[in-house]
Amino acid sequence: MDFEDTAEESAFREEARTWLEANAPTEKELSGMDYMARGKFWQKRKADAGWACIRWPQEFGGRGANPIQQVILAQEEAKVESPETGMFGIGQGMAAPTMMSYASSEDQQRYLPRLASGEDVWCQLFSEPAGGSDLAALRTKAERDGDDWIVNGQKIWTSGAHYSDYGILVVRTDPNVPKHKGLSYFFLDMKSPGIEIKPIKQISGESNFNEVYFTDVRIPDSQRLGEVGQGWKVALTTLMNERASIGAGGGGTRFSTVKRLAQSVNINGKPAIEDNHVRAKLANWYVQESGLKFTSYRTLSALSRGDIPGPENSIGKLVGAVKSQDMASFAIDLLEQQGIVRDSVQDEAFAALFQDTYMSIPGLRIAGGTDEIMANIIAERVLGLPQEPRMDKGIPFTEVPTGSG
Amino acid sequence: MNFEFGEDQNLIRDQARGFLNDNCPPEVVRRVLDGDELYAEDLWKKIAEMGWTATVIPEEYGGLGLSYLELVVIAEELGRACAPVPFSSSVYLATEALLAAGSQQQKETWLPKLAAGECIGTLAYAEGAGQTCAAGLAVSVTDGKISGSKVVVADAQIADMMIVVASSAGGDGASMYLVAMDQSGVSCEAVKTIDPSRNHANVTFDGATAQLLGNEGEGWAGLERILDRAAVMIAWEQLGGSDACLEMAINYAMGRYAFGRSIASYQAIKHKLADMYVKNTLARSNAYYGAWALNSDADELPLAAATARVGSTQAFYYASKENIQTHGGMGFTWEFDCQFYYRRSKVLAVVIGSEGQWQEKLIQATDQTNAA
Ligand SMILES: Cc1cc2nc3c(=O)[nH]c(=O)nc-3n(C[C@H](O)[C@H](O)[C@H](O)COP(=O)(O)OP(=O)(O)OC[C@H]3O[C@@H](n4cnc5c(N)ncnc54)[C@H](O)[C@@H]3O)c2cc1C
Repeated sequence: MDFEDTAEESAFREEARTWLEANAPTEKELSGMDYMARGKFWQKRKADAGWACIRWPQEFGGRGANPIQQVILAQEEAKVESPETGMFGIGQGMAAPTMMSYASSEDQQRYLPRLASGEDVWCQLFSEPAGGSDLAALRTKAERDGDDWIVNGQKIWTSGAHYSDYGILVVRTDPNVPKHKGLSYFFLDMKSPGIEIKPIKQISGESNFNEVYFTDVRIPDSQRLGEVGQGWKVALTTLMNERASIGAGGGGTRFSTVKRLAQSVNINGKPAIEDNHVRAKLANWYVQESGLKFTSYRTLSALSRGDIPGPENSIGKLVGAVKSQDMASFAIDLLEQQGIVRDSVQDEAFAALFQDTYMSIPGLRIAGGTDEIMANIIAERVLGLPQEPRMDKGIPFTEVPTGSG
Repeated sequence: MNFEFGEDQNLIRDQARGFLNDNCPPEVVRRVLDGDELYAEDLWKKIAEMGWTATVIPEEYGGLGLSYLELVVIAEELGRACAPVPFSSSVYLATEALLAAGSQQQKETWLPKLAAGECIGTLAYAEGAGQTCAAGLAVSVTDGKISGSKVVVADAQIADMMIVVASSAGGDGASMYLVAMDQSGVSCEAVKTIDPSRNHANVTFDGATAQLLGNEGEGWAGLERILDRAAVMIAWEQLGGSDACLEMAINYAMGRYAFGRSIASYQAIKHKLADMYVKNTLARSNAYYGAWALNSDADELPLAAATARVGSTQAFYYASKENIQTHGGMGFTWEFDCQFYYRRSKVLAVVIGSEGQWQEKLIQATDQTNAA
């Protein structure tokens, strides 16, 4: 154990910092660009210099770096002002590892470098109205037609579908076998005829996710990942990586910003930070943040030995999302009446950070597996506790109770 | 001792619930949330016709002269419906301020109009981020002219009159004033908040006429007394909201299936809903105590009010966020109504000071009350 950089690591850190400081785009370079264009600009620049997806093999646009180097890069990148690249998260963090395990080497050559450089954006077409936590209950069906599959049905909550070039998709190819056995996994072009995308408005006021309707959408069989009927197994690869990549969330609402707020507002005529109740709360959140950070580092050390991300990663989102929600709520309390104001232009100190977190964080407690599902995963897969009685095991999908009669 | 509401109050509750089911369905909340209206004016008129705004105002001032037990029952139903009206500002704050501190003439001028709902009142004391104290007040009055700014005042743009807490050279550092909103020297600027179903604005006074309300230099103590009383009524509104969340969560959980079972059959969901119920029940019992103390002007009102306030604030936060969680992705959509309560819970949590302030008041009150 050693919490300090090795000589090699500190050389890498120095190299990363130097590059980032010299190359992080200036406001002038980015002027006139929207959120997407800014992200693409920065991603391309990183990719051109070998700083994108650094853990990927060189042939796919990476540099074969180890997980610790990736953390070092992320730490250094967090210190410079640079555009958001969250729109690439699903493609790089979830679709890419799945493609690396299951796609043909031709398709890997064709799609992965474009993912690394941010030229293509991917989305995840998994959840359905009747298949969220119970993803394997999904109903969108695909039927074989020569060299193609024809897909009909509906997906929901598809983040970024409206700006994505490609998608990863799980469908039912056989409804007459138990539910996990009748699924298959594909990737597809989001411009395929027969796809219709309808935005869903969130309580935060934004529309980042969508309903996606499929009407006779053709997908070549060559875009199947894994065997017919093995879709669940492939989907698990994606989901393990999802939990590893979603992380703790909460954006800027964290110990440091809430502490800064506590220094700037008063309780009873004195800075809130001098109040013991406030200090105790902040200390507890610090302990959680620190625990999450070091837990993720320990996971990374395991990853560097070649382990795949395991169910332990469920802790990050489970703790992080609830923590952010409570912190945002507490920050609003500290601001008192002023706390409900949500106006990023007027709020010079924090640009409505806490109010935005308050309104968007309920989504993070649900996305990528709800709090309750995360706790079930820890209980059942980490601790090995018995599963609850299942009504959907060992019977054909068509016979599983659905509550709709 | 009797820890129950009487027949009269139960009747009013049934009437109020029926009235709001008909006149304030979720579409009305949504209309204000989504649109440009500052409040549901049509609903407000009907509420006034029902006499709710007149509940505790004495008959001599055009009120019904009923008790606070009737008023808290109405408050609970308004909270359940998440009604987009200025009831709390006008009834729990402005009306209370006049009843507590108004001169005969002030009462005669304003109470009949407040009772009839023709006039909307509100109260302003906060001047910026963080806790407002008498010592730091910048709004001041010289020769009957008021100047300075108040922030995030609920219903400021629809109010006809405002009770303003301004600085005072003597006494406890503050005095209360009554300011008519329809005059030059008063301007409002709307602010965007996390709950667009209610109106909030920053208010600037520039030499507007202000009338002293109550005694000079007794404004802060006066405000504290009004807030204690309002805390009980707001606690009932919060409770109504908390119970609405619990009901929504139960209904959704019963009908939603995952893994071949109703999600209501999973202990993770059962315990969540049981926790909501427990929090709501404790908060309700404390709110009963608050209602009694309010209605009987008991010495222990400050303690009862703080207890009710802290309990209901915590219950509503929990119920509103876990109701969303129970709904999964659906709960996070604009289309579903879960959001109404999540927004409103935070607005009510800070409107008369946050949980932390009331926890502090609670402990101080226990020092003064042998009941504890
Ligand atoms: C912001 C956001 C972005 C998203 N982006 C995507 C995306 O890009 N692609 C995609 O495919 N999906 C996406 N999702 C969907 C997400 O994965 C699902 O919403 C989530 O898995 C929950 O499913 P559900 O909404 O159907 O809720 P349900 O599964 O109906 O859950 C309702 C409630 O029941 C509980 N519950 C369910 N089963 C159990 C159980 N066994 N034990 C205990 N409790 C249980 C849940 O925890 C929850 O509280 C996104 C969701 C959100 C909110």
